[in-house]
Amino acid sequence: MDWLNILIQGALLGGLYALFAIGLSLSFGIMRLVNIAHGDLIVLSAYIALVTINATGLGAIASLVVVVPAMCAVGYALQRGLLNLTLSGGLLPPLLVTFGISVIIENVLLELFGADIQRLHAGTIETASLQLGGIAVGAYPLVVFATAVAAIAGLQILFYRTALGRAFRATSDDAETAELMGIDNRHLYAVAMAIAMIFTALAGVLMAIRTTFDPAAGPIRLIFAFEAVIIGGLGSLWGTLLGGMVLGLAQAVGAALSPTWQILAGHIAFLIILVLRPSGFFPRTRD
Amino acid sequence: MTLLRTRGLRAFYGDFQALFDVDVAVAEGETIAVIGANGAGKTTFLRAVAGVLPCGAEMVEFDGRPIGALAAHEIVRLGIAMVPEGRKLFPSLTVEENLLLGAYCGRSGAWTLARVYELFPMLAERRALPATALSGGQQQMAAIGRALMSNPRLLLCDELSLGLAPVVIRDIYARLGAITGEGTTLVIVEQDINRALAASARFYCFQEGRVALAADCRDFDRQAIASAYFGL
Repeated sequence: MDWLNILIQGALLGGLYALFAIGLSLSFGIMRLVNIAHGDLIVLSAYIALVTINATGLGAIASLVVVVPAMCAVGYALQRGLLNLTLSGGLLPPLLVTFGISVIIENVLLELFGADIQRLHAGTIETASLQLGGIAVGAYPLVVFATAVAAIAGLQILFYRTALGRAFRATSDDAETAELMGIDNRHLYAVAMAIAMIFTALAGVLMAIRTTFDPAAGPIRLIFAFEAVIIGGLGSLWGTLLGGMVLGLAQAVGAALSPTWQILAGHIAFLIILVLRPSGFFPRTRD
Repeated sequence: MTLLRTRGLRAFYGDFQALFDVDVAVAEGETIAVIGANGAGKTTFLRAVAGVLPCGAEMVEFDGRPIGALAAHEIVRLGIAMVPEGRKLFPSLTVEENLLLGAYCGRSGAWTLARVYELFPMLAERRALPATALSGGQQQMAAIGRALMSNPRLLLCDELSLGLAPVVIRDIYARLGAITGEGTTLVIVEQDINRALAASARFYCFQEGRVALAADCRDFDRQAIASAYFGL
């Protein structure tokens, strides 16, 4: 029964990793932009939540009403004002620029908040649990997992049922021809980044309730997000959820063997899958 | 009334100049052909008009308004649509999604999904298939349909016959009448001279980025075309 418990915890943790990964997956899928600052944007969301809670007295979950719009604005401005300028010269310029943004975010947060470890408190839901057939499942991990599933289902509807989703897919196929259809790519990319930031904001707040964070907490989240995307296969959102679950399971099993093994076990699982299935489980993107 | 006029149109790919002082005028409702050898600047001319290639504001005038400096996505809103060379359908979209994307700019008019399916019934049967599942001729029809969905006043057709069997080309050209019948102005770029001249009222023959000959399609000298085409 103990192992079953560990596996369930690990799989549910995968929901959080999938949320880390969605924003990364969207910006790569639509703009071919590898956003090195993605982890730091997750941490930035957590700090915006912290400031909101301290200033207004809102609860951690309720702070999303401020964090989500704030991050959308950050995403739109960042893409329109800076990242769009990097897209014409191949993969390297956006990598370098977002790496720079990552360093800037980390240091500004350090300057404003110091290196202290922070945490958000959401009240009783953190410790509540449900009895499912003799196993106690934490209510909070279940909520996080359900959020990830709902997020991906919502994005699937956006992509395959709406005019905006069609425009995203067309621009991802062939940006020049999309312009001929009347799509303003610079605006569309900025909208895509704003949408990516909805999930980044969610990921940041849900992470900060589950675990502690500090200004330097971004890069490891970026790596988890990368691993989830690659395991699942580039361009597949449900694959990303599976990737997150594989990562979560590996970490949970590693942690059960020895607490020092948790992170390493996730990376090892990632490397094994990279060797066995280099394009992940459900690859969509051909190039 | 002149719908499209270019004056001293110059266009560049980097340092390479592809068009030199091109003057073209097209009246509303007219169909003209742009012919010429490979590399003569025909496609470049269409790309400059459609706003894909940047050029000087005053070099392109549409409906009396300078549009040379506008971006492609702004120009399609004014009523210029392009059927690009090689079709350029979106491979991740279905046939119907490709057509719907043509309507993205939100211009209303005679052309709707139903009208396009009426013009090209074979597309209606294949509406749920990925665009890549169509034959070359069907892809060309989808590309024309997609451009029509923006209800253009001016339709730019680049090499409609490219890579298609003669019977398919004839079929496609036979349907252009339904498009001009709505009052749409057509600029047809073709390598197949006879096909282009038969479908148009006037033609411009390009050579090395310049207009070498402009004449009426019913009253021209084949020898003059040959020398304008090849620069002999």
